Amino acid sequence: MPEMTYRDAINLALKEEMRRDPSIVVLGEDVALYEGSFKVTRGLLAEFGEERVKDTPISENTIIGVSVGAAMGGLRPVAELMTVNFALLAMDQIVNHMAKIRSMFGGQTYLPITVRAPGGGGSQLAAQHSQSLETYFMHCPGIYVAMPATPADAKGLLKSCIRDNNPVMFLEHELLYNSKGEVPEDPEFLVPLGKAAVMREGKDLTIVAYSRMSVLALQAAAELEKDGISCEVVDLRTLNPLDTETFIASARRTGRAVVVEECWRTAGLGSDIAFRIHEACFDTLLAPVRRVSGLDVPMPYSRKLEKLCIPQVETITAAVKEVLSEKY
Amino acid sequence: MPEETIATFTVRSLRILDERGKADEALMPPLSEADIRQMYELLVLTRTYDERALALQREGRIGTYPPVKGQEAVQVGSACALFPTDWVVPSFREMGVHFTLGYPLDLMFRYWAGDERGLVTPANLNILPICVSVGTHIPHAVGIAMAAKYRRDPVAVVAYFGDGATSKGDFHEGFNMAGVFQLPVVFICQNNQWAISIPLKGQTASRTLAQKAIAYGFDGVQVDGNDVFAVYRATKDAVEKARSGGGPTFIECLTYRVADHTTSDDASRYRSPEEVAAWREKDPILRLERYMSGRGLWDEGYGAEVKRKATRAVDEAVKAMESAAPPEPGEMFEHVSATLGQRQEKQRFVDHPPAPS
Ligand SMILES: Cc1ncc(C[n+]2csc(CCOP(=O)(O)OP(=O)(O)O)c2C)c(N)n1
Ligand SMILES: [Mg+2]
Repeated sequence: MPEMTYRDAINLALKEEMRRDPSIVVLGEDVALYEGSFKVTRGLLAEFGEERVKDTPISENTIIGVSVGAAMGGLRPVAELMTVNFALLAMDQIVNHMAKIRSMFGGQTYLPITVRAPGGGGSQLAAQHSQSLETYFMHCPGIYVAMPATPADAKGLLKSCIRDNNPVMFLEHELLYNSKGEVPEDPEFLVPLGKAAVMREGKDLTIVAYSRMSVLALQAAAELEKDGISCEVVDLRTLNPLDTETFIASARRTGRAVVVEECWRTAGLGSDIAFRIHEACFDTLLAPVRRVSGLDVPMPYSRKLEKLCIPQVETITAAVKEVLSEKY
Repeated sequence: MPEETIATFTVRSLRILDERGKADEALMPPLSEADIRQMYELLVLTRTYDERALALQREGRIGTYPPVKGQEAVQVGSACALFPTDWVVPSFREMGVHFTLGYPLDLMFRYWAGDERGLVTPANLNILPICVSVGTHIPHAVGIAMAAKYRRDPVAVVAYFGDGATSKGDFHEGFNMAGVFQLPVVFICQNNQWAISIPLKGQTASRTLAQKAIAYGFDGVQVDGNDVFAVYRATKDAVEKARSGGGPTFIECLTYRVADHTTSDDASRYRSPEEVAAWREKDPILRLERYMSGRGLWDEGYGAEVKRKATRAVDEAVKAMESAAPPEPGEMFEHVSATLGQRQEKQRFVDHPPAPS
C-alpha cells in the first residue's frame, strides 16, 4: 500500500469520486485556482473544470443553502468551508434545512451533501479560528458527522460520505494534513459510516477518542506501555452514526475508560460517551470514566496558553494513571 | 399603464490627485501645509510598521500578518477626517487607521505576536478590536450608530471592510438596517481588488461596489483610494453628514493589495507580475511625494528624515512589544464571564494555579 498524507488521501478520494460520478460538484471559497486554503482541492480545477469546481463569493450561509438546493436539484455537492469556524455563519442552513428537510417533508427528497471543513486548535489562530465544534453538529439529529484520524480513514470515509444520501459534516483536523499513513489504492475501498476502529488492543484501560485526539491517544498508549500499562485505543471515526457497541465492549473488557475530546468540556461529546459507558458497564467498571478535554475558555491567542487548552499526550497519560490508581 | 422609466441612478467617482502628483485645485479640500506633512508622515509610518511586521514574521517574532502595503492612503486619508469622539469599527487590514488615531504601535505588534492584550484600546480612543471574521463587524457598526442616535450623541461611526466582505449577508443586512433607521454610519470599503485568490469579478457582477448603497437608499461614491486627498474629502463629507443627521454613506475606495493576502499566502500563484507592477506605479506615497515636491514641501532630505523618525518609532515599539510579560494561564479566564462556573473555577485555580510570586 502506498504511503500518503491525510491531505493527499482526501484529495484522492475527491478525485476518484468525481471521476466515478459526474453529478458531484465541489464548491467553496478559494477552492478552484487556489486549490483550497489547505491545498486539499489540488488539481481538481485542472481535471474537472470550472463547471464542477466552483469558487464562490464569501457567503458561507449561501454556500450551504445552495448545496441544499443543488442536492434537491439532482447534484451531489461537496462544499468546502474554509474552516469549521465559518460553519457558524451557515448554522441556519445546516441545522434548520440540511438536517431537517427530508424528515419534515415526508422523505420526498434526499440531501446527498458533504460539507468538508478543517478545524481544531493548535495553529495559534486565536479564539474565533481555533474551535472544535463537533458537539454542535453531533447534537443535531439529521446530520452525520465524520472525523477521521488517519489518512486511510480520511479517504475511505470521505468516499462513503460522498456516496451516502444523507448530509454529512466531514471534519478534517488542520494539524493532521501532513500526517502520513498507508492508504489502499483500490478505488472501491470504503470505510463504513458508524463503525469505530480499535486502533490498538490493550487490557488495562480503554481510551476513546476521535480525529487528532486518537493520534495523541495512540502516542499516550505507547508511552504508557513503557510503564507496563496496556491501553486499548478506540477511534470513533464517525460521531454520528456513533458506534457505541465497540467502545462499550472494550470498556467491559478492560473495566476502565478515559474519553479524550478536543472541544470544550462543558456539555462536550465526551460527557455523552462517558454516560453511555457508565450506563452499559456500571456493574463491571473498576473506576469512574474520566474525561480529558479542552478548557472552558475561548482559545487564547498566546501559544503557551493555547497548549494548556488542548489535550496533550501528557494530559492523557496522567488521566490514565489516575484512573488506574483509583480503587472501588 | 405605459412602460416608463421611474428612476435612474448615478454613481460618482472622485479623484483629486493624479498619478503624476498633479492636483485638481478646485476639488482640493482645505488642508494646511502642516496637515499635508502630517498625512505624509503617517503614510510613511504605516509603511514602515508594515515592512517591519513582515520582517518580524519571517524571523518568527510575530505570527501571521496581513500586510497593508499599497492601501495606506485609504487608511490615513479617511482617519484624518475623524474626530477622536467618532467610532471606528475595523476589520483586520487597517493598521494605518489605528496609527493615524494614535493607537500605540507596540500594542498593535503585541496583538500580531499572539497577545490579545494588544487589542485593549487606550481609553481615549473609540476603536473596536480587529475583526478577522469577514464582514461580521458591519452590524456592530450599525448598532453603535443606533445607540449614538438614541443618545443624541453627534458622532459618526466608521466601519472598514474589504471588497470580499460585500458578499456577506452581514454587509447587505447591515446596510439595509442603516438605511431604514437613517443611522450616522459611514461604510468604507477598501476595494483592493482581491479577496485571497478571488478577484473582484468573482465576488460580484456589479460594475461598482459603490452602487450597492443605492439599493439600500443611501449614497455610494467611488474614490481613488490611492489619492489621500480624495479619500480625506469623501470621508469628511460623509462623517459631517452623519454627525448632522443626514444618514449613512458608502465610500468605495479603489486601491490594490500590492503584497500577499497574509504572510501565509503566495499571491504570485494567482495573479500576474505585470498587474502588480502597474499598481506599484500608482503607489499612494509616491504620488503624494510628487505633489508635495511640486509645492516645495518635499525633498530627499525631508523624505529621509521622515523615514528615520518612523524607523525610530517602530524600533521602540518592537522593543516594548518584546519586553512585555507574557500572559499567565489564569488570565485566559479573566474576562470570560463575570461569574465563573464552578468547573471553570477549578480549571483556573486548581488545574492551572497561578505561579507563586
Ligand atoms: C466569514 C469569513 N469567511 C472566510 C474567511 C477567510 N478569509 C479571511 S480574509 C478573506 C478575504 C477577505 O477579502 P476582503 O474582504 O477583500 O479583504 P482583504 O483581505 O482584501 O483586505 C477570507 C475569505 C473569514 N476570515 N471570515
Ligand atoms: Mg480585498
